[in-house]
Amino acid sequence: MKTLTGAQMMCEALIAEGVDVMFGYPGGAIMPFYHALPEYPQLRHILVRHEQAAGHAAEGYARTSGKVGVCVATSGPGATNLVTAIADAMMDSIPIVAITGQVVTSLIGKDGFQETDVTGITQPITKHNYLVTDVRDLPRVFKEAFHIARTGRPGPVLIDVAKDTQNARGVFEYPATVDLPGYKPNYDGNRRQIKEAANLLNQAKKPLIMAGHGILLGHASTELREFAEKTGIPVITTLLGISCIPEDHPLSLGMPGMHGWVHVNRAIQECDVLFTIGARFDDRVTGKLDSFARNAKIIHVDIDPAEVGKNVVTAVPIVGDAKRVLEHLTEIANPNDHSEWVNHIREVQATRSKRQRDPESAMFTPHHVYAEFTRILQGEFRVCTDVGQHQMWAAQLIEYMKPHTHITSGGLGTMGFALPAAMGVQVACPNEEVWAIAGDGGFQMNLQELATVVQESLPLKICIINNGYLGMVRQWQELFHERRYSATPMWSPDFIKLADAYGIPGVRVERAEDVAEAIHQARATNGPFLIEFVVEREVNVYPMVAPGASISDMFEDPSEVEIEDVVAVK
Amino acid sequence: MKHTLVALLRDQPGVLNRSVSLFRRRGFNIESLTVGHTETAGISRMTLVIDGDTTSVEQVIKQLYKLIDVLKVSDVTQDPNVTRDLLLVKVYAPPAKRSELMQLADIFGAKIVDVVPDAMMIELSGSPEQLDRFVDLIRPFGIREMVRTGCVAMTRGASTISGPYQSQEFRAA
Repeated sequence: MKTLTGAQMMCEALIAEGVDVMFGYPGGAIMPFYHALPEYPQLRHILVRHEQAAGHAAEGYARTSGKVGVCVATSGPGATNLVTAIADAMMDSIPIVAITGQVVTSLIGKDGFQETDVTGITQPITKHNYLVTDVRDLPRVFKEAFHIARTGRPGPVLIDVAKDTQNARGVFEYPATVDLPGYKPNYDGNRRQIKEAANLLNQAKKPLIMAGHGILLGHASTELREFAEKTGIPVITTLLGISCIPEDHPLSLGMPGMHGWVHVNRAIQECDVLFTIGARFDDRVTGKLDSFARNAKIIHVDIDPAEVGKNVVTAVPIVGDAKRVLEHLTEIANPNDHSEWVNHIREVQATRSKRQRDPESAMFTPHHVYAEFTRILQGEFRVCTDVGQHQMWAAQLIEYMKPHTHITSGGLGTMGFALPAAMGVQVACPNEEVWAIAGDGGFQMNLQELATVVQESLPLKICIINNGYLGMVRQWQELFHERRYSATPMWSPDFIKLADAYGIPGVRVERAEDVAEAIHQARATNGPFLIEFVVEREVNVYPMVAPGASISDMFEDPSEVEIEDVVAVK
Repeated sequence: MKHTLVALLRDQPGVLNRSVSLFRRRGFNIESLTVGHTETAGISRMTLVIDGDTTSVEQVIKQLYKLIDVLKVSDVTQDPNVTRDLLLVKVYAPPAKRSELMQLADIFGAKIVDVVPDAMMIELSGSPEQLDRFVDLIRPFGIREMVRTGCVAMTRGASTISGPYQSQEFRAA
C-alpha cells in the first residue's frame, strides 16, 4: 500500500478540507511540511513577515469567506508569535486552524532548541488543540480540528506536529466522519422556548433586537432582516454585528455600548423585550450590568450554552443556530408594526447624533475622512479596522451595506490587527476593494506586512489616521487621569517615504478638502496605495459611557457632566 | 452552598489539565477533586465538590461541557447519593492510649492498618462529615500526619450517570 510522509498527509488533509490558501512562516521544526508543500501547487502559501500577521490574515480570510483560515508556524518563537492572533480568534469566535511544528519527539520535555509547550500555552485560548507524535493520528486529528473549528460556536484549533512525525511514513486514509461523543453542538433551538419567545415579542410594546456577530458567523443576515421586517422590530447591531443588516434599512438603528449612539442605548433602557441573538453581553455593550435593560425581559439566542445566563438574567434562553432559530421564529411570530416606537427612537437620534455625523468643526477631524468614505465608496468596499479611536469612528460613521464588510478585532482589541487581517480579506475577495484603516499606533505594530502586500501583489488600500497620539488612551487620560499624557504622544516616521521604500505609492492629507481626491487617487491606483490623514491631534470619540457606568449616563461633551459622577470603575 | 458534580471524561492527554485550568481561569472555587477509572476503558470519572451559588455552579457545568473531551457532567447534590471520602491518619498512640483509640476506631468502623510502639495508622472511609467528626475526636491524641482523598460520589438506584456510553455493557451484564 502506498505510504505518505506525515508532511504529505498534512497537505492532503488540507486539500481534503477545501483549503486553498494558508499564511505562514517556515522554520526548523516545520521544515518537513514546507518540503512537501511544493508537491501540492493547489495549496497557495503566503509568506508573511511575522507569525502574528499569519494568524490575523487567516482570521481576515475566515471573517470574510466564512471558510476556515489556516496559518502555519514553526515551534518555539514561531508558535508563540501566533498566540495573540489565536486569542483574538478565540474571543471573536473565528474559525482558524493553526499548524505548528514541534521539536522531535525525543526532545519534547527536554527544553530542546526552539521548544515551547505550545499546546499548554494555547490551551485557554483555543477551542481545542492537539499535539501529534504518531503519524497514524494525523488524518483523524486534521479531520477533527477542521470540524471543531467550523461547527457550533466557531473558534481556533491548534495542531502541533512533532518534526519526526512529519517525516514518518504511514498510510493515508482520510476519515469521512468524526467520532467526538463529547462534542455535539445544538443547532435547533428548543421549539417550546422559541414559541415562548414569539409570545413575548407578540405582546411587547417596545421590543428591540440586538444582533451580534452570531448573525454573520451563522450567515443569517437575510433571516434577520425577514424577521425584523415581518415583526416591525427595530435592530441594533453590536460592534461585531455591524454589517449584518444594511445600515440604511429603516429598522436599523446603529451600535449600542460605550461608544454607541445615545438613541440606541436609550432604546435598550426603554424597551420592554430585548431579543438578543448571537451576542454575548460584553461589558463594553452593557456598561454597569445591574442597570442594563432594566425595563426589559431578555430573550437570549446563542449557539454556546455557556453564554446564556453568563452575564445577564435571561427570561427566555434559546440555545441554537441563529439562522435556524430566526427561520422558525419568523414563521410563528405575528406580523406587527412598531413605527410609533421606532419613530420615538428616531426623534432622539435626530437631536443627539447629528453633531457626530456632520462635523461643523473647522479643524480637520477623522469625521471628514469617514464622511467621504461613505459618500464615495457607496457601500462597495470591505473595511478592516485596527483598535482605538479610529476603530470606533469607523464603526459609528461609515455606512455598511453588505454582510462581512466591517472586519475588526472586537473582543481582544488587538492593535496591529488591521493590516494583516486586510491581507486575508483581500486574498478571500481578490476582486473587491479592501481598505485597512489604522491609527498611527496600531499601524506601526505590524507595518512589516507592507512587504507581504507587495510580494503577493495585494491591491490593498491602506489608510492611517494619524493624530500623533495613542488616541484612545490619551482620551481616557484626558477624561479620567487628569490629562496626564503618560506615554501616549507618539513620533512616527514619514509614512509616505516608508511606503515608497516598499514601492507603494501614497499621499499625505492635511486638509479636509483634500480627502476626496486622495480617496479617488487610491481607488484609481492599480495596486496597493497608502493615505496618511494627519488629523487634529486631540479629538475625542463621543458619545461615550464612562467605564463601569450605566449606559443611561452617556455624554457627548465632557463639560455636560461631572466626570466623577459617571465613573464607577476606572 | 456545596455542590457535588460528577463528570465523565475521555482519557485524552491534557483533559484533566484542561478542566483544572478552566476552574483557575474562571475563578471557580474547588474544594476537592478526584479522578479515577470507570467501568468503561478509555473513560475516566471526575468528582468535584465546589462551593458556589446555583448560577456559578451552572457556569462550571456549561464551561466543562465546552471541553471537547468532557462527555457528561451531572450535579448530583440533590439526588439521593452515596458520597465517600477516604482518610489515612497517623496518631500519636503510646501503649496507654491504644485501647481508647481502638474503641473510637471501632465505633466509626475504621481500621487500624499499622501499629508501632508509639503511633498507629487508622484508615476510615465514609461521608466527609463522618470523617470530620472522627478527626475531631482523635485530634486530642495528637495527629502526626493525615491525608484525605477527596470525595467520590454515585447516585443511588439502578440508573447511571453515564447514559448511552455504557448502556450496552450494562445490558450485557
